[in-house]
Amino acid sequence: MRATILVRPKPGILDPQGEAVQSSLHQLGFHVDEARVGRVIDLELDDADGETARAELERACEQLLANPLIESYEIAFDG
Amino acid sequence: MSEPRPTIAVVTFPGSNDDRDAALALDRLGAEARAVWHADHELPRDTTAVVLPGGFSYGDYLRCGAIARFAPVMPAVASFAREGGLVLGICNGFQVLCEARLLPGALRPNASLEFICRDVALRLERADTPFTSRAALGQALSIPIKHGEGCYFADDDLLAELERNGQVVLRYEQNPNGSVADIAGITNEHGNVFGLMPHPEHAVEPLIGSGSTDGALILGSLVDAARERLLTAA
Repeated sequence: MRATILVRPKPGILDPQGEAVQSSLHQLGFHVDEARVGRVIDLELDDADGETARAELERACEQLLANPLIESYEIAFDG
Repeated sequence: MSEPRPTIAVVTFPGSNDDRDAALALDRLGAEARAVWHADHELPRDTTAVVLPGGFSYGDYLRCGAIARFAPVMPAVASFAREGGLVLGICNGFQVLCEARLLPGALRPNASLEFICRDVALRLERADTPFTSRAALGQALSIPIKHGEGCYFADDDLLAELERNGQVVLRYEQNPNGSVADIAGITNEHGNVFGLMPHPEHAVEPLIGSGSTDGALILGSLVDAARERLLTAA
């Protein structure tokens, strides 16, 4: 089973990378109101049981993959 | 009789690069700096304080300090801190302490996204800590910073708590990196763990850099406090 974890700066947290990306997009003529930059982590899992895997990955996010104080995370499975 | 030299452990992670400067400064200020490797499971038996130095531990992968937190030596550092031991984290060491949740808050990329390397003016907010006793309350200090991710973040509740408890020890006179409330250094609630982004070990020698020796006020205070603990324990 594959899982994808999306880690994002929480709303309200200053995201200078996002601001730099937005300003570069403007310079290229793309009109974007806001850009935020996060992180994607792809994982290959042995565990076939979706519920167990989700609980495990939530612990992994809380303990390492995200910093819950400043980042939110989303877990998605893709078969 | 000369004063006893307290043992201060300086931890080297893969990617630490200010460990030797920190050890040299501590030695010159009267301590016995002892190098501790990240893969060690214990601190030297007579350790009176621990320093986590600056650098780029584990290549700053994932988030600065996030991987170092799992180094084999860290459980020993964490239990030393929880028992009231003196722990100082400088720059990357500050990031490691936040990631290890031995200090509250987090460090984010500088608001300018630039790596900043220069002397900064600081204001001392607490002179009654084991890390600042050689300086005076309100004293202006000049100490270099060199970091890309030194923007200290605490949410409103945490910030109010830090201010209420007097945990903010150092503030920037002119905020270089976007830190909330101009914070450059904080202690934990009990005051025995201190993290700061400026590098006191780079401001101890008048012939080097801008010539400021204000860093010696901080590291010297730590040596004093460590010696006091050594004498009390004896």
